Amino acid sequence: MGEIPILKIGGCLLVTIQVDMHDRMAMALQDDLAQKIVATRAGGVIIDISALEIVDSFIGRMLNNIAAIARVLDAVTVVVGMQPAVAITLVELGLTLTGVRTALNVEKGLSIIRRTIDGGTELAGREA
Amino acid sequence: MESLAKNLVPRLIEARGDHLLEDWLRLQRGAGALRGGQISESELVDQSRRFLAAFRHGVESGELDDASGPGWSDARSMLDELSGSRATLGFTPSETAIFVFSLKEPLFALLTAELAGKADAIQEIWVVSRLLDKLGLFTTEVHQRRREEVIIRQQEELLELSTPVIQLWQGVLALPLIGTLDSSRTQIVMQTLLEQIVASGAEIAIIDITGVPTVDTLVAQHLIKTVSAARLMGADCILSGIRPAIAQTIVHLGLELGIVSKATMADAFALALRRLGKAVANRSPMIARMEKENDDG
Repeated sequence: MGEIPILKIGGCLLVTIQVDMHDRMAMALQDDLAQKIVATRAGGVIIDISALEIVDSFIGRMLNNIAAIARVLDAVTVVVGMQPAVAITLVELGLTLTGVRTALNVEKGLSIIRRTIDGGTELAGREA
Repeated sequence: MESLAKNLVPRLIEARGDHLLEDWLRLQRGAGALRGGQISESELVDQSRRFLAAFRHGVESGELDDASGPGWSDARSMLDELSGSRATLGFTPSETAIFVFSLKEPLFALLTAELAGKADAIQEIWVVSRLLDKLGLFTTEVHQRRREEVIIRQQEELLELSTPVIQLWQGVLALPLIGTLDSSRTQIVMQTLLEQIVASGAEIAIIDITGVPTVDTLVAQHLIKTVSAARLMGADCILSGIRPAIAQTIVHLGLELGIVSKATMADAFALALRRLGKAVANRSPMIARMEKENDDG
């Protein structure tokens, strides 16, 4: 199984998950992503899960972990493209991913990150 | 013991069928079977004639103990149709069942006359009576089933009726909830909302609960679920239309919704526009005048 590619777009890193994740892959992704954030000094990470039809508690936790790691490295994480059925399942499981920001698609995700990087604290103040 | 009825009843219907039909129709009319013209006279005669033929066929098949066998399939399908159409017309179960039960009197009169003096006359009448009872119960069952189908269909229609998702602005959806939120409705509300979020690319959804009569812990939980699911899709929710009494209930129950809420849909819409960086402004008098001239001329 190959690793998941991490693409750099502007000041953002884009990760598209298209296959079912397993433990080792998730650990590798967390590792790679942490390295890449530091190396590229990216201000945001977009995780595109639009191809995933099933998201279980394991992937839910992985997303939370990645967001936490990115936050420590001063980057915003946005999970984009969640399928309606997946959203309903996660809510029923009680996983609401409170620590992660979300957007409908990559485009909107990018604009959130751009706004956050540009606006900084000003945006956080407005959202509250 | 081979029952006499197997041959006797068909023979009687063959010989005295018209007389029997007339007596039976008279009894049905007396019981109000036409229901003030909802069923036409000719329709009733036709139905009665068909049932009599089907009944005769059933008896001839020899299945005198069991009206659910293949020999009675004609009679059953005929009653199914009749009971169904009467249920749709709004007949009560007894008005429907009287169709079968009123056949007893003229048929027994014929049987008694025919079997007069015979030792097992009662036995034969008993067999026929039991058959008619079973057929009568069958009509009632069909009637009930049809009514239940109507209720289920109405429930489904209500479910669809009561969950519209409206696009208020580019990127703003409104979800006016009306009626009590139970889990099956929440499921549908959630699904339609999420599908609309994908279809319209909305970033803000306003959930209006003006039409929700009560909010208890369960309803609150359903609301929170809907909001969380929308958030996972990248859309923020605003709650609006919380009536004073409901606000008090929420506080007394100690519920923490964790959702931005506004008193009215208008306030929520204003907040949505502000978040999108849009504003509603008065037009300057000069532009208004120019537009008016354009419209008039």
